[in-house]
Amino acid sequence: MPKSAPFSRLHIVQRGDLSGAKTSLYRLLAVVGALTTGGLFLLALGFNPLSVYWTMLSGSLGSSGMQKETIKLMIPLCLTTLGVVLAFKMKFWNIGAEGQICAGAIAASYFAYFHNDLPSPLLLTLMAAASILAGGLWGLIPALFKTRYGTNETLFTLMLNYIVLHFITYLREGPWRNPEGGFAAMPRFTKQARLPELPIPGIGNVHIGWVVMLATVVFLFIYLRYTKHGYELTVVGENERTARYAGMPVKKIILRTMMMSAGLCGLVGMLQVSGPDRQLTDAVANGRGFTAVSIAWLARLSPFGVMVVSFLFSVMQKGCSMMQTEYRIPSSMSDILQGIILFFVLGSEFFIRYRIALQKEAKA
Amino acid sequence: MSEPEVAIRLRGLTKTFGKVIANDHIDLDVRAGEILALLGENGSGKTTLMNMLSGIYQPDEGSIEIKGSPVRIRSPHDAISLGIGMIHQHFKLVDLFTARENIRLGQHGRPAHSPDDICAQLGMHVALDKKVYAMSVSEKQSVEILKVLSRGAEILILDEPTAVLTPQEIDNLFDILRAMKSEGRAIVIITHKLEEVMSISDRVAVLHKGKNVGVIDTGDADRFVLTEMMVGRQVDLDIKRAPARAGDVILDVHRLGIQDADGHHELQDISFQLHSGEILGVAGVAGSGQRALCEAIAGLQPITGGSILLDGTRIDGLTPREIIRRGVSMAFIPEDRLGMGLVGGMNIPDNLLLKTYRDQPGLWMNRSAARQEARELVERLEISTPGLNTPVQKLSGGNVQKVLLGREINLSPRVLITAYPVRGLDIGASMRIYDMLNEQKQKGVGVLFIGEDLDVLLKLCDRIAVLSSGRLTAIVDSRFATKALLGMKMAGLTTDKEDAYA
Repeated sequence: MPKSAPFSRLHIVQRGDLSGAKTSLYRLLAVVGALTTGGLFLLALGFNPLSVYWTMLSGSLGSSGMQKETIKLMIPLCLTTLGVVLAFKMKFWNIGAEGQICAGAIAASYFAYFHNDLPSPLLLTLMAAASILAGGLWGLIPALFKTRYGTNETLFTLMLNYIVLHFITYLREGPWRNPEGGFAAMPRFTKQARLPELPIPGIGNVHIGWVVMLATVVFLFIYLRYTKHGYELTVVGENERTARYAGMPVKKIILRTMMMSAGLCGLVGMLQVSGPDRQLTDAVANGRGFTAVSIAWLARLSPFGVMVVSFLFSVMQKGCSMMQTEYRIPSSMSDILQGIILFFVLGSEFFIRYRIALQKEAKA
Repeated sequence: MSEPEVAIRLRGLTKTFGKVIANDHIDLDVRAGEILALLGENGSGKTTLMNMLSGIYQPDEGSIEIKGSPVRIRSPHDAISLGIGMIHQHFKLVDLFTARENIRLGQHGRPAHSPDDICAQLGMHVALDKKVYAMSVSEKQSVEILKVLSRGAEILILDEPTAVLTPQEIDNLFDILRAMKSEGRAIVIITHKLEEVMSISDRVAVLHKGKNVGVIDTGDADRFVLTEMMVGRQVDLDIKRAPARAGDVILDVHRLGIQDADGHHELQDISFQLHSGEILGVAGVAGSGQRALCEAIAGLQPITGGSILLDGTRIDGLTPREIIRRGVSMAFIPEDRLGMGLVGGMNIPDNLLLKTYRDQPGLWMNRSAARQEARELVERLEISTPGLNTPVQKLSGGNVQKVLLGREINLSPRVLITAYPVRGLDIGASMRIYDMLNEQKQKGVGVLFIGEDLDVLLKLCDRIAVLSSGRLTAIVDSRFATKALLGMKMAGLTTDKEDAYA
């Protein structure tokens, strides 16, 4: 029998409900812990962590120009996460946002390249509609298979990413290649196919994606909380048997919600190609579909939470690229920092739910 | 008489899950050569206590002594090497293996005790070379028992072993337990059925809210004493059968059959009629087709033969929603309680809206009426909840079931199907549920009551239909039926001469 060594007496105990204040404190501690650990890393590389962190902060928010860049990073991140949240609420694990963004971008680019004789408002409307439809249909495929044959949507959505991503490469190498360019690339969009800009008070002009983003946050909040659709998809997510028992058309709800989720991601593709990128590239999604999964969890699937967390993520990403140029810290350092922060914050969830306890001996 | 040897000595054993204290400083001795019944309502901490003995949980506090020496049981493996064997409610056997192969599984070399010898000693009849998938539930249970005995278990813990057995199979199990006892083994049987405690045990330990409220010799106990210890107060144990005159036939199930995709018959040739103003009970061991029957009537499961008529009109083939609209309500309480009918993460008003939200006009959810309805329901049924916004999964089992049944009744159904509505409830809460069903019956609703406890079925229902492996083996008037009769019908027997284990 094991001797009662002190270590063997440690074990994990479930906590009661923590108060909201304490929960926030734990999360805050997690962020502090992550920054400290990241700081140790920087110290080991021979940098002053405080000045590096200051550079990150001032490099992302220090001037209106930098603020603009940060907002431009935030728009696709926030919208993609909102799309993912819609599916996650239904416990449909859509990790195919990456591919849905690409599908939307391709559809939008088709009109930008081949119908650029249309007046700009009409062209942009067509591009938006096409991107929503293309993204939505791309997301509908795994949903159809899931409702029809019970396939696993996690693998299915993941694999679809690579198909459409490499389809962009094919277009770049072949049919849509810019004949004038020296190396393989697709042409830049003409003026009609570019998004107009609107001023954000105090910051300046940013492409109108920011309006779309704010509108979508509010829309999704209302949709999830106050409409029958939102109620239905929550019930399906919580308990599909109960949904069927209550007479809900479960398959229809899954297909409809997934179409919306993927459609929103598709729209992100259009906003990217027509906004900051001004051409179709294979970096249109650039990992946002995966970052969105982390953000969705950190924001606990709340639309306003998504806005806050995606803002923080954008600050971090922009700050890290600033850090690279200023200190010549390799770009992998920014990935490491992001990883550390995620690790700590998600890890803190464990300590919010459990604690480590020492087994007490009974008094004889 | 010399002092009996103590096989297990527990002192101050405590286990908490979050805020819930599942076991609160429990002291308990189990002697070699005795059968100790561990009695308590659901949630009183019986299973938690035994899981600490079998190495599944670690105690937060307290000590365990096995045969006089203090031990720390850190895994099921530790438990086995200490001679503790646990028979769980759900069997852990490999279906494609024979009994013998299952027993040998995971043991190095020859088993300490050969299963043939054990069978001979205990007078058990187990076909050791039969594949497990071909076995009945009680045969599988015997294999589980042989499995732990062949590893040299001196202490046996059985978690609600009778829940899945017919009365005849229970008698057989009890014979085996008595034989093991006479060989000097210590046996703990977890149960919440008083009759079984009285018939099998030497002593009873009663748990109430995680505390050991007393250990008494079974000879000194009776049902009323035990109930009072278990519930913490005196309870009227009489279930009343409300007088009511059965009216016309409402629900007519005619030659109903259901086959699954593999052609296996889940239900076969089921015919019965449910009248308004009657409670028709459905008896049967777990898994005899109760779920399929409920789901077929509610339109959740396509039928492959026969017909279901409501007021003379066929409802089979209609959508679940249409069937709800025509006045058929179903409240099915599965093992995990929330599985079907409620959404754990939602509050009471949102759960009340499940079946009616689509009757509201427009795109929006209007929750104000549901909040009012919830407030009334909480008051009328004495549902204890911190507030209307509390998710129902945070309520206790009894309150969850009141919400479910209350919603179904508020829909003013014509037919109320309720499966296991008192599952896991304490006696007081169960009585409240029986009253609710009786009220519905007197209002002229046809109630189909799928139950587990034969005593309850006999007292509450007007008639009882018996299911056995997907077939209807009897419909009897419960005033003239006996448990023995129902038990035989549950086993699918036609005469009492046949052997259930042939």
